[in-house]
Amino acid sequence: MNSTPAKVLERVGKITRRVDGTALAKGKPVFADDIHLPGMLHLKILRSPHAHAHIREIRTEKALKTPGVVLILTHKDFPVHYFTTAGQGYPEPSPRDIRILDDTVRFVGDRVAVVVAETLEAAEAALAVIEVDYDILPANFDPEKAQAGNPVLHPETGKIDIHDAAHNVASHLEATLGDIQKGFEESKWVFEGRYSTPYAQQAHIEPHITLTWLDENERLVIRTSTQVPFHVRRIVAEVLNYPMRNIRVIKPRVGGAFGGKQEILNEDLCAAVTLRTGRPARLEFTRAEELYAARSRHPQIVKFKIGVNADHTIHAIDMDILENCGAYGPHALTVMSVTAQKALTLYRSPHVHVRGKAVYTNLSVAGAYRGYGAPQGFFALESIMDEIAHNLDIDPIAFRHKNYVTAGEDVPIAKILGEGREGFPVVIESTGLHDCLEEGKKLIEWDALRTAEKSGVQRRGVGVACAAQGSGIAGIDMGAVFIKMNEDASFNLLMGATDLGTGSDTALAQIAAEVLEVPVEKILVYSSDTDMTPFDTGAYASSTTFISGGAVKKAAEKLKARILKQGLILLDEKDGTIEKGVVIGSGGDRISYEEICTRSFYTENQTQLMATASHMSYDSPPPFNATFADVTVDVETGLVRVNKIVSVTDAGQVINPHMAEGQVEGAIPQSLGMALTEFMIFDESGRPVNTNFRDYHIYTAIDMPDIITRFIHTHEPNGPFGAKAVAEIPINGPAVAVTNAIFNACGVRIRELPITPEKILSKFDEVES
Amino acid sequence: MHIKFYLNGKVVEADVPAGMNLLEYLRSVSVFSVKRGCDHGECGSCTVLMDDKTRNACLILMGTLDGERIETLEGLNADRRMELMQAAFLDEGAIQCGYCTPAMLLALESLLRANSKPDDAAIKAAFSGIYCRCTGYVKPMVAAKKVVMGEVDG
Repeated sequence: MNSTPAKVLERVGKITRRVDGTALAKGKPVFADDIHLPGMLHLKILRSPHAHAHIREIRTEKALKTPGVVLILTHKDFPVHYFTTAGQGYPEPSPRDIRILDDTVRFVGDRVAVVVAETLEAAEAALAVIEVDYDILPANFDPEKAQAGNPVLHPETGKIDIHDAAHNVASHLEATLGDIQKGFEESKWVFEGRYSTPYAQQAHIEPHITLTWLDENERLVIRTSTQVPFHVRRIVAEVLNYPMRNIRVIKPRVGGAFGGKQEILNEDLCAAVTLRTGRPARLEFTRAEELYAARSRHPQIVKFKIGVNADHTIHAIDMDILENCGAYGPHALTVMSVTAQKALTLYRSPHVHVRGKAVYTNLSVAGAYRGYGAPQGFFALESIMDEIAHNLDIDPIAFRHKNYVTAGEDVPIAKILGEGREGFPVVIESTGLHDCLEEGKKLIEWDALRTAEKSGVQRRGVGVACAAQGSGIAGIDMGAVFIKMNEDASFNLLMGATDLGTGSDTALAQIAAEVLEVPVEKILVYSSDTDMTPFDTGAYASSTTFISGGAVKKAAEKLKARILKQGLILLDEKDGTIEKGVVIGSGGDRISYEEICTRSFYTENQTQLMATASHMSYDSPPPFNATFADVTVDVETGLVRVNKIVSVTDAGQVINPHMAEGQVEGAIPQSLGMALTEFMIFDESGRPVNTNFRDYHIYTAIDMPDIITRFIHTHEPNGPFGAKAVAEIPINGPAVAVTNAIFNACGVRIRELPITPEKILSKFDEVES
Repeated sequence: MHIKFYLNGKVVEADVPAGMNLLEYLRSVSVFSVKRGCDHGECGSCTVLMDDKTRNACLILMGTLDGERIETLEGLNADRRMELMQAAFLDEGAIQCGYCTPAMLLALESLLRANSKPDDAAIKAAFSGIYCRCTGYVKPMVAAKKVVMGEVDG
């Protein structure tokens, strides 16, 4: 056994300023739209006013006469080619069911045409005079009626990987462990519940924005606010049938994404215009477009049936998912897979059965949004766990302690349910969930609040929810890194990993600095440029710290070994070590990094000290979280006030404490928004009603409850320096912790989000009578 | 339309199309710290200071600006108090994507010009006109309090 004590970490786990922070703090022009390009054209998309229609004719003559209008593109300008806008691993598990521009529109907001003009105003003016003759088709807005096939949204032949087009089933999954019938027969108690979650918006403050131009060699440059620069390059090449070698995608600073930019929504049209005109082009979404024509969280109806033994252990779980993907199916299968896989990871059960269907409706298109299906699944699971605990008259925390997976346990569902294909076996190697619950219980004052008298108009209650997520997608995600050394012992860290504002450039620089034993300022990060950096699947699925971080660690270790070897050659020694940027030979001679690099460039045994590495993983170790809510319900008005949220997370070794806390602090209001203030409303003809921030209310500073964030330290053997992911896990718990707290406060059980005063009042009347 | 106003302490004379708003104008002259988030005066990303008070640039028509005094972060970056605020934001991890950061800093600057010792409620109220989707406002509040308490190492 190796008995060397673990090395004390000097950069990892330490509070560190963001490497891009000063530029951001000074408001420097670092975002996609912060440049001027001479002769730039502006694009505006004409969007469908109908939920389902066939375009009989589009007449653009009048619009083309609008002063300043250069070009109008419609479906007639593109060959029929079906793709998916989802930026995910290739071949994508999402159905290929969409065209760049189509002669059928399937939701209010679908693309009809694009106007290209010298100014934005001219493009907007021209939109109004494009004449479109629509043949209105029947539309369906109810996911529970979608399978009747009235109408069929995607009857066209040539669409690929739609599970059952005639019944509007985009994707389907089913998995079984053990014998579910036998499991229920053997259970002492069986509980059932139906839970639903609505559309919700990522609401990144920077809208989707893309600029394209031809560089001096006539190569297409796409400067875009994206999570997936390499998928942008591949999909644009495919959709426009343009050689990939002639495309360069640059991701500058991104003003928030949360899954919304894991999608090719404007790069294709912008690139098409630049290729047709030879001129720079710009396409930015309005906030209204963001709110109904971009992407959103899949609404889901999740039914659970859970069998429980006399000793309060779970014996059988049946899960049924109905997912509404809207008019197209980007991420339809994989989101649903995550819903199932993450929920069914948390608690052990010998008998499990899950089936899921993602169905098309004539509503806004769902896609990736932080948590990626897991928040929907945990809303259902953690609601029914609370209901079971109440029915059995046991403490909800005690019930969870009895049932969650512990270290050393196998998670058999992970192998059966991968993301879009068979997965890989998972054994839990690290978990701090026990401590997350116990720490949170103290911080929220669980016992006192839970058992306090519940009477009067203002009733206070407390609720809890647990959750698991993953760290990257097992067997799929890959990140690559190139590091080179400079004479002043600085290092250029070039990587495909995509910082969305999460701070991954900084966290990954800390990992490199830790390995190379240099200050973080010596690591010069350049990321996400398809010409200049190696490949990375992209920033999604909580993958960057774990997967890309693994690549950084490997590359830095390789480079460190190269530096040691070169240093020893220069010292004329056989053995030695590195200590704080100095190579020390076994004879005691020392040579600094600076001298090694300078002499290696100019005088002796000349070479560039550099290293590359890539990393993938067949493990996706789950981070765990326990979230607690303290709420007050006014039983006369139905208003719910969230007083406090306590969120305790096991993310393994935290790389950057402030940034990890920031992930949790930002996820909480997103989840509370889904529960209480944010939901997309459609009228009876499928038109979106709340298409601005006044009516779609995201949390502001004065809406915020008190937030307490804590981490339970664990060491994940598969992660860089023991790290697991942190980006998505904290969004799973707050909404359901709140509904559980509402139940504790006043006996009202909310099984359908959003929580509205009307629902509280009508259910409270039922409870009271 | 010809207008004359003060931008970051300098006189600006410009001929602008009728109907142009201050957000469009500022970005057209490379004042890029002022961001577009909604164009409807809701998100606060385009916050500027007008006579020391925060205003949404997207709601200000250029034609109404004659003689007004407009400030943006570009004009305050060398200011000592702004440097301290920026240091506090950096040290406390109050910046994630950074898109709303210039607006938050201006909101805090405006508050401190009116009230050098604001309480937590006043800081929250000052931030309430600016949407941030990353931080939950937790660390910006911590950073602002540090500035107010004079605890920043500049």
